[in-house]
Amino acid sequence: MTEILDAPQPVRVVGGPPPGAATLESRGVHAWFGDRLVLEDVSLAMPAHEVTALIGPSGCGKSTFLRILNRMHELVPSASLAGEVLLDGADIYADGTRAQHARLRIGMVFQKPNPFPAMSIRDNVLAGLKLAGVKCGDKDGLVEQSLERAGLWREVRDRLHAPGGALSGGQQQRLCIARSLAVQPNVLLMDEPCSALDPTSTRRIEQTIVEISDEVTVVIVTHNMQQAQRVSHHCAFFLAGENEPGRVVEHGSTEQIFGEPEDSRTHDYVNGRFG
Amino acid sequence: MTTVKDSADTLGPDENTVDDLSSADTVDTPERPAAPPPVRRRTSATTPQDRWVALGCAVSATLLTWFVMHELLTSPGWLADLVVAYLLYLAMLYLVTRDRLGHLAATDRLVSAVVVSGAAGLLVPLLFLLGYIVTKGLPSLRLAFFTHDMSSVAPTDPATATGGLHAIVGTLEQTALALVFVVPLGVLTAVFLNETRSRFRRPVRIFVDAMSGLPSVVAGLFVYAALILPPVQSGFSGFMATLALTMIMLPTVTRTVDVVLRLVPDGLREASLALGASRARTVWSVVLPTARTGVSTAIILGIARVVGETAPLLFTSFGSLSMNYNPFGDPQESLPRFVYRYIKEPLASAQERGYIGALVLILLIFALFALTRLIGRQRWSSRRTKPRSDR
Repeated sequence: MTEILDAPQPVRVVGGPPPGAATLESRGVHAWFGDRLVLEDVSLAMPAHEVTALIGPSGCGKSTFLRILNRMHELVPSASLAGEVLLDGADIYADGTRAQHARLRIGMVFQKPNPFPAMSIRDNVLAGLKLAGVKCGDKDGLVEQSLERAGLWREVRDRLHAPGGALSGGQQQRLCIARSLAVQPNVLLMDEPCSALDPTSTRRIEQTIVEISDEVTVVIVTHNMQQAQRVSHHCAFFLAGENEPGRVVEHGSTEQIFGEPEDSRTHDYVNGRFG
Repeated sequence: MTTVKDSADTLGPDENTVDDLSSADTVDTPERPAAPPPVRRRTSATTPQDRWVALGCAVSATLLTWFVMHELLTSPGWLADLVVAYLLYLAMLYLVTRDRLGHLAATDRLVSAVVVSGAAGLLVPLLFLLGYIVTKGLPSLRLAFFTHDMSSVAPTDPATATGGLHAIVGTLEQTALALVFVVPLGVLTAVFLNETRSRFRRPVRIFVDAMSGLPSVVAGLFVYAALILPPVQSGFSGFMATLALTMIMLPTVTRTVDVVLRLVPDGLREASLALGASRARTVWSVVLPTARTGVSTAIILGIARVVGETAPLLFTSFGSLSMNYNPFGDPQESLPRFVYRYIKEPLASAQERGYIGALVLILLIFALFALTRLIGRQRWSSRRTKPRSDR
């Protein structure tokens, strides 16, 4: 226990993203699926070292926006977009910027836990190194550090060679977080990471989010108002009218959004009147 | 950090409570009066009565069939008897069960009977066929079959003197060479069909489907016409057979791998891409390892498709009586060719040679299946044993 707490030097990877959290900013982002405009003019700053929560009812474009932030949106065949996403001031959609490079710096955790079933727990954590061509001298140290940050080390340290799919749902999700943290991204996007989990696992993951936010900027999509209130510093409220694209109705600090929102729709939503 | 510690502690008590319970149990048991052992309830849907009813229906259906088909009419043959008896049995079973248990139970019983007899109808011929080959081939199978060829065996020698090494070697070489072509090509094509967004996926898929309908004799004929006849004139050889077998095997493997890759959840691809992997890297390190067992199944199906093929070999590898280790020159024997050669002979001992060949072919296929399964699972089994050896 003591040596874990006193671990002086964090393990670093070579060839990965530059160290530290980064600021992410979207400017005038629009998104289409085919001819349908689903997201209109989203400009949002997500400051470094802080947790930004995206809230709003289903189908208002939160997840689409999140997927735009690390270029996963373009994987959908009919999808297109407009606007800029600035990572520390540089547009990740600029000509000559590779999607892989952006995704390496901006990690993502999905709604459904998706550990690689053909790999052991250890290999799952190290998967990012192999997949993205990142090097690390101390692989065992990196595995321990990543699992520790994701709050999973204690539960799995005796069975690192067991298959990743054999863990419980909550553990799998924390394994996925550890896998994303292992390549040491500057930003971590989380798409409703707790929606498939029980309250205990949810609490563990929320602790993890709070703990990692000093290393990495976190953007989280959530349907859970209490969760947004517990973990985030900033909130953005998305809303889509009937047959209208989603827009950001209001954004600001979490206290402001939940305490004294300017827009009546935000007030109604955060107080559970609709959605 | 303390909060993490707390929640780790909350996980701990589970073990304690289990310990407490078990220790309390051991203390209490001597004082308790011996409880009668719990009687396990029968949850099976069929009762002994049902079995008697089924047996009764079977007996009366048989007797009725005999009476109708042989006393009242002249039966056209045993197959007609069987069909009549089966239908009578189903009808009786339905009526009797409806009388006892009602309409729903009767329908249920009827469908069960049809399903079970369908499975039996599939298994019985298979077992019969296997048994037939074994009883015909096994008595004359000697170790010499695996060590000699036919060059020193006279046609009049007894079947026990058969040598089939040349045929075994030919089959193994031709199939292995075909696999060398088919596995990379088939897997690559399946990856192309699944993991790219090319406009040519549709035409390629149609081509693969069309190819899987290609009669095997046509594949052989094509190789014969294109490579063995003038102007190319490369001559009969095992490799020519390999080319024909490749054409037959490729669509089977491609289609199976295609289906298997489609079963890999998209979430895994997204997870890999979100880690900064390229598409190629994702396919190689995530999609294919996940589909590993499926790919090995595809290879098994591919082997099964070609290893018994005879028609395309007749005018490509041609066949031979003596050993030829080189698949690239001169005619080469293979097991199906061997079987075909001897089974059509009038001599009883020659026909027996054919049955030995068939038996060895079946054994060889079983061995190849087992081997492929083993390779497909090896990785997992080694992983599973690792933690145990660590402790």
